[in-house]
Amino acid sequence: MIETRSLKTLTRRQLLSRGVAAGAGLVVGSGFVAGRDAAWATEMDAMKPESFATLVQMARDIYPHDKVGDQYYAAAVKGYDVPEEVDFAQAGIDMLDEASRAAGFDSYLGAGWEADRVAILRGIEDTDFFQRIRGGLVTGLYNQKEVWPIFGYEGESYSKGGYMYRGFDDITWI
Amino acid sequence: MAAPFELSDDNVVVIIGTGAGGGVLANELAQKGVSVVALEAGGRYLPEDYVNDEWDSFGQLAWTDTRTTSGDWRVAKDFSNLPAWIVKAVGGTTTHWAGASLRFQPHEWKALTNYGAVDGASLLDWPIDAEEMDPYYTRAEDKLGVTRTNDIPGLPGCNNYKVFEAGAKKLGYKEVHTGRMAINSQERDGRMACQQTGFCFQGCKWGAKWSAAYTDIPAGEATGNLEVREKAHVARILHDDSGKVTGVEYFDEAGDLQMQRARVVCVAGNSFESPRLLLNSHSSMFPDGLANSSGMVGRNYMRHLTGSVYATFEQPVRMWRGTTMAGIVQDEARHDPSRGFVGGYELETLSLGLPFMAAFLDPGAWGREFTTALDSYENMAGMWIVGEDMPQESNRVTLSDAEDAFGLKVANVHYSDHPNDTAMRDHAYKQGAAIYDAVGATRTLPTPPYPSTHNLGTNRMSERPEDGVVNRNGRAHDVPNLYVSDGSQFTTGAAENPTLTIVALAIRQAEHIASEMNQGVL
Repeated sequence: MIETRSLKTLTRRQLLSRGVAAGAGLVVGSGFVAGRDAAWATEMDAMKPESFATLVQMARDIYPHDKVGDQYYAAAVKGYDVPEEVDFAQAGIDMLDEASRAAGFDSYLGAGWEADRVAILRGIEDTDFFQRIRGGLVTGLYNQKEVWPIFGYEGESYSKGGYMYRGFDDITWI
Repeated sequence: MAAPFELSDDNVVVIIGTGAGGGVLANELAQKGVSVVALEAGGRYLPEDYVNDEWDSFGQLAWTDTRTTSGDWRVAKDFSNLPAWIVKAVGGTTTHWAGASLRFQPHEWKALTNYGAVDGASLLDWPIDAEEMDPYYTRAEDKLGVTRTNDIPGLPGCNNYKVFEAGAKKLGYKEVHTGRMAINSQERDGRMACQQTGFCFQGCKWGAKWSAAYTDIPAGEATGNLEVREKAHVARILHDDSGKVTGVEYFDEAGDLQMQRARVVCVAGNSFESPRLLLNSHSSMFPDGLANSSGMVGRNYMRHLTGSVYATFEQPVRMWRGTTMAGIVQDEARHDPSRGFVGGYELETLSLGLPFMAAFLDPGAWGREFTTALDSYENMAGMWIVGEDMPQESNRVTLSDAEDAFGLKVANVHYSDHPNDTAMRDHAYKQGAAIYDAVGATRTLPTPPYPSTHNLGTNRMSERPEDGVVNRNGRAHDVPNLYVSDGSQFTTGAAENPTLTIVALAIRQAEHIASEMNQGVL
C-alpha cells in the first residue's frame, strides 16, 4: 500500500520566484511542487517535479471532488516519490503523456480541460499503472482524516461518548 | 485436571475456532464440567483494544491470510484475495457482527419441501425443525440479550433508521422496527447499554453488543475447564486405524508444530477454514479428505445474496451516527413465489464510514458519477439486503494451489449466482430504492455485495450420509467423534442473519456431546 505523507508550506515569495504554473492549481519549481496559493508545497525526493504534478492532476481527475484541495491529492500520491516506486510511476506517466500526445495535446498537463483528460484516462484505464494509482487512492485519499470533515464525516466517536447525547436521532426533515 | 491441559491429555474436547459456534460450544461444555482446549488462529482483543477507525480496525481484526477466488461473482474480480470480511481473533466474527438476531421462519427449515425442487439448486430439508429448535433459540436469545425478546425493549431509532422507517411505512410495509438485536438497550449481564457510537463492525468499545470474546469465552475460562490457546493455527486433524480422530496438529505462536490429543474434535473455523481443514486432513484411509466419503465437503457454499441500496437526499442524514444495523423490514422475508423467486429477504439498515463507502460503493468505479455520490455522503442513508441464496454443489471451497505461511494449501472459494438469487436481488434493489424514493431520495445507488460475512454451507447437515457431511447433531457421518460446530453445517441459509442459529445449534450440540460422553459413547 502507498503511504500518504504530510506536506509543508512555502512562502508566497519563494513560490513566485521559483515556480511556473502547471495544471489546474499547481506550481512546478526546481525540486518542488506547490499549490498556487502557496498553502502547501512538497519537495521531491526521487521524482521529477513535472511528473509529480502530472500524478496529482491524474489523481484529481480520477476522483474529482471540487471541495477537496490539491494538497490532499498530493499527499495521497506522495508515496510514489521514493526510489522503489519512481521508475514504475515515471514509466506510467510517460505512457500517459504519450497517450495525451496521440490525442493532440503536448502532454497530460497540457490538456487543459477535464473532459479531455478524462477521455485520455478512459483510454488507459485497463493498464496496471492506472489501476494501481486508482486503487491506491481509495485509501490514500479517502482515509486521510483531514479529508473527512470536507464530506461531513465525523470519524471516531467513542472518546466523545458516542452520539447518544450528540444527535444520533436529530433528523428533523423526515 | 484443570486448565491448562497437557498436549498428551486425550480426555479433552478440542474445538477449532472460538466464534459464535466454537466460542459458545466451548463455554457450554466447560459449564457442564467437560475439559476443553480451544485453538484460535487469532489473538485476543477486548473492548479497550478496539478502534473507531475502519481501516485500522480491519488491520487489527480481519482474517487477511490469503484465499483465492473464482466464479462469476463480482467479489472475485474486485477483491480476489478477500472473499470474506470476517475476523481472526478470540471470539471470531462475533466482534464484527452487527448483532441482528433473528430466528429462522418455520418453513425455512424444510426448504426442499416448501419451495419444491429448483433447477440447478441442491435444496434439501434440514433434519431438524422449528419445534425442536425452539427451546435452544429461547436460550440463545437469553444468552445474547436479544432486544424484543425476554421483555428487553427495542433500541431507539437513529437517523438512518428514521429515513428507512418513514419510507417503508409510506410504501405500506407493516413489519418495520428497530430489530431484534444482541445489543443492550439497557444494562444487562454486567454489560452497559448502547451509546449509539456507530462502529459496531469495528468491535463494540462499550461491550454493549454481545461478543463471545468478552462473554462466553471468559465465562468458560472461569470454570477452570476451558483453555483457549491463541495464535494456534491448525494444520490437520489426525485419526487412528479405526477411523476415529485422535488429535490435532497446529502451529503455535512461535511457528512450532504441536499436537494436542483429543477425545472429540469440533471444527468451527467458519465455512472456508472448516472444509479447508477437513480437505487438508486427507490420509490413506480418507484420500479425499476427512469426513468426505460423500464428496460433499466444501460444496453448497452459501453467502446470502446480499447487496445494498444507498440513497442521497436534499438534507443531511448522518447515517454513521448510532447503531450500524438499526432497523429492519421483514415483510419481504416470506416465501411467495408470485414475486418470481423462492424464499425471501430481509432489509436492514446499514451504514459505512467514508473510507469504507469509498471502497465498497462501486468497487473499481471512478470519475464524477462515482465522486458526486460521495460528495453527498452526509446526506446519504443506506440499507443491506439479506436473502436466502440457493445452495449449488458447484459453489464450493476447494484447496487452491496457493499455500499459506505454514505451507498449507489455502482455500479457493468459487461462487456464481443462481438465477433465483439474481431475481431476488433485483426485486430487493427495486423495493429498497422505492423505500427511499417514497421519502424524496434525489438519487438511489444499488451497491454490489461486499466480501461475505455470512458464510454458510460447505459441511452441510443432512439426514442421509450421501447428501451431506454431518448429521442432525453436527456429527460427521463418517467419523463418530468429529463434529462441525459453525455455520458450515447449514443445510440451507434461510433469509435471516445466521449468528443466532449458529449459537442455538452450539447450545444444542453441547448438550448432545456432554450426554454422549456421560453415556460413554464418546
